[in-house]
Amino acid sequence: MNFSGANIVIKSLRDLGVEYVFGYPGGAILPIYDEIFKQNKIRHILVRHEQGAVHMAEGYARSTGNVGVVLVTSGPGATNAVTGLTDALMDSVPILCLTGQVPTHLIGTDAFQEADTLGITRSCTKHNFLVKSADKLQKTIFKGFQIARNGRPGPVVIDLPKDVQNDQTTYIPNMNKRFRSSYSKKNINNSSVNKDHIDIACQLIIKSKKPIVYIGGGLINSGANAIKELKNFSILSNFPITSTLMGLGAFPASNNLFLGMLGMHGTYEANMAMHDCDLMINIGARFDDRITGRLDKFSPKSKKIHIDIDPSSINKNVLVDIGLIGDAGKILNNINKKLKTLNFSSLNQLRSNWWKTIKKWRRKDCLNFTNSKEIIKPQHALKVLNNKIKDKDFFITTEVGQHQMWAAQFIGFDKPNRWMTSGGLGTMGYGFPASIGVQIANPESLVICVAGEASFLMNMQELSTLKQYNLPVKVFIMNNRYLGMVRQWQEFFHGKRYSESYSDSLPDFVKLAESFGIKGMRVDHPEKLNEALDEMINHKGPVLADICVDKAENVFPMIPSGAAHNEMKLSDKDKVPTSTKKGKMLV
Amino acid sequence: MIYEKDSNKNDNLRTHSLSILVDNEAGALARVVGMFSARGYNIDSLTVAQVESDENLSRITITTSSTDRVIDQIKAQLERLVPVHKVLDLGNEGTFVSRELIFAKVKCKGEKRVEALRTADIFRAKVVDSTNKSFIFELTGSSDKLDAFITLMKDLGLVEVARTGSVAITRGSSKII
Repeated sequence: MNFSGANIVIKSLRDLGVEYVFGYPGGAILPIYDEIFKQNKIRHILVRHEQGAVHMAEGYARSTGNVGVVLVTSGPGATNAVTGLTDALMDSVPILCLTGQVPTHLIGTDAFQEADTLGITRSCTKHNFLVKSADKLQKTIFKGFQIARNGRPGPVVIDLPKDVQNDQTTYIPNMNKRFRSSYSKKNINNSSVNKDHIDIACQLIIKSKKPIVYIGGGLINSGANAIKELKNFSILSNFPITSTLMGLGAFPASNNLFLGMLGMHGTYEANMAMHDCDLMINIGARFDDRITGRLDKFSPKSKKIHIDIDPSSINKNVLVDIGLIGDAGKILNNINKKLKTLNFSSLNQLRSNWWKTIKKWRRKDCLNFTNSKEIIKPQHALKVLNNKIKDKDFFITTEVGQHQMWAAQFIGFDKPNRWMTSGGLGTMGYGFPASIGVQIANPESLVICVAGEASFLMNMQELSTLKQYNLPVKVFIMNNRYLGMVRQWQEFFHGKRYSESYSDSLPDFVKLAESFGIKGMRVDHPEKLNEALDEMINHKGPVLADICVDKAENVFPMIPSGAAHNEMKLSDKDKVPTSTKKGKMLV
Repeated sequence: MIYEKDSNKNDNLRTHSLSILVDNEAGALARVVGMFSARGYNIDSLTVAQVESDENLSRITITTSSTDRVIDQIKAQLERLVPVHKVLDLGNEGTFVSRELIFAKVKCKGEKRVEALRTADIFRAKVVDSTNKSFIFELTGSSDKLDAFITLMKDLGLVEVARTGSVAITRGSSKII
């Protein structure tokens, strides 16, 4: 029996287990919207801007581990999605983005709402397709889904010309059960764990006196098994563990082995341990420049083991001694098995001095800040928030900037998939739409978007989406009336010339919320914080909370760009070690 | 994978010939070339054509001058692309043969005409077009040989060169895929 291409798109998505689609209609995608109208298995979430759609799908994907699906029209629909796609590529989020396209006979004629979607999205997707005939539609959607999800996940675009959506063709039921593509074979070839290499890695692990485990988002992408195996490894080894921004929650923050986040705004103990260690085990992280700081002074005395599913991550930024390519869960399982045969835990006293040193670093209490009775300190606001939510079933998304770093420092994550933030691309405007996606996937949970006032303004049109679906997201705006991180860099590196970093002409956020029919709140004094946060959390519907915080607060500790891990600035009183030319050139 | 730091790998620029087997589909070449430009790697020459009509595969040969470490990264980045089936750095696979082809248009009269023909003869170049004031020579060989030929022809009135870039294949019986 024959069906239209559009109908096959919906059938295929259903076969693949898709429950939600985030999208915005337009001329070139109308046949698919017609099919959405005719069914009720897949729910469509109408966004207010296509960038918001992709970020929502990212929030949905990262909080569930499923593929997030986006549906947009041709031309501006596709180009508006580009920032979201790039964000998903940098943070390895599985996204399937279906874009409408002008009919095949009009492609290349500069038709109305035509854009070279394939060309534009080539470098911001893991892969992309243009489907030129309806016969190939079903297989392409299955393959796209497979590519988005497998290996190192990422965004996939499938461009669908309008005639392909209308053409009739046959539909193959149960394709997912026997679906194989050239990509299946490729993936298997890429992840073979060599037993000898595991043995050599285990020898290094056993002999190390000053080890550190450095985990990243890859561990979370790897899934529950990897989280369990890391836990087992930590029990076996008693090694200190630090995490990147993306990896927070993969190992419980409340566990005593956890040293906090590392990197530019990481903790003193984590960065010092990275610098002084004799063995570094990187699991699912990619030696990003926010982590390594100055490369030629990065962890100079250590042997390095790098576990990653993407072979191109190995030796890209930092040369390592052993690269183990494959799924983090499987590799850790092999390592754990081997270590159990080696009577490993009896060697714990080898590392007692290392733990003494770490304890000494911990006593610096690097996240300490001077609180105030007059003005809300952003760190204090987050500490209070953390205390109120820590026993609840909560999810946090953030925008990008100072508030993001404070949230990473002051909110403790004991479970994976609870922390959604734009790490690689650093997309202001990510957090609010992402929180909507998270809330849709987890309707009963407490979802909070920690935002800055400037980031929030970048995608605040989604307040309308929030209202339409009555999602109880709490938007926690830490309003310092500045692009705080930009202001901080201008203070440190550009002679306090605050060029264009003041958030002028801000709206009245309470009235703004109310104009959308949402509860708005303003908190401007530390005394009111406690009660206001209770009110925010306990309110049944969505809340927009404007928390007026100290305008001049800076994020510490900080490794200025161009500096090494042991050259941290811990407070305003520390002299900034670099305003070197080289440092200034870096971002 | 085990890495011996500072062992055979060094930081000298070397010319590498990469053979890349890709699905013969729209955009595959753009992905390969786009990866080079996006990550700041250079391409010295590039050739591409379909080679296996049954499996619908094209073979791209790229020569690039890079350090060993960068070549490893280029290989890994290429292998990550969905339509790429196989990447070989031919220098790592034992010996290989590499050739390119040029057409050289030489405009000359009198003595120089004779000299151009004589030089062409030495290089075993073929004359594929001739007018009373010009020749077009066809010459196949290693890149060095072609460079030498071009240098000599410059003095004799070389006006235009069309050059294919290298194609290369490993010696012996082993197969790329």
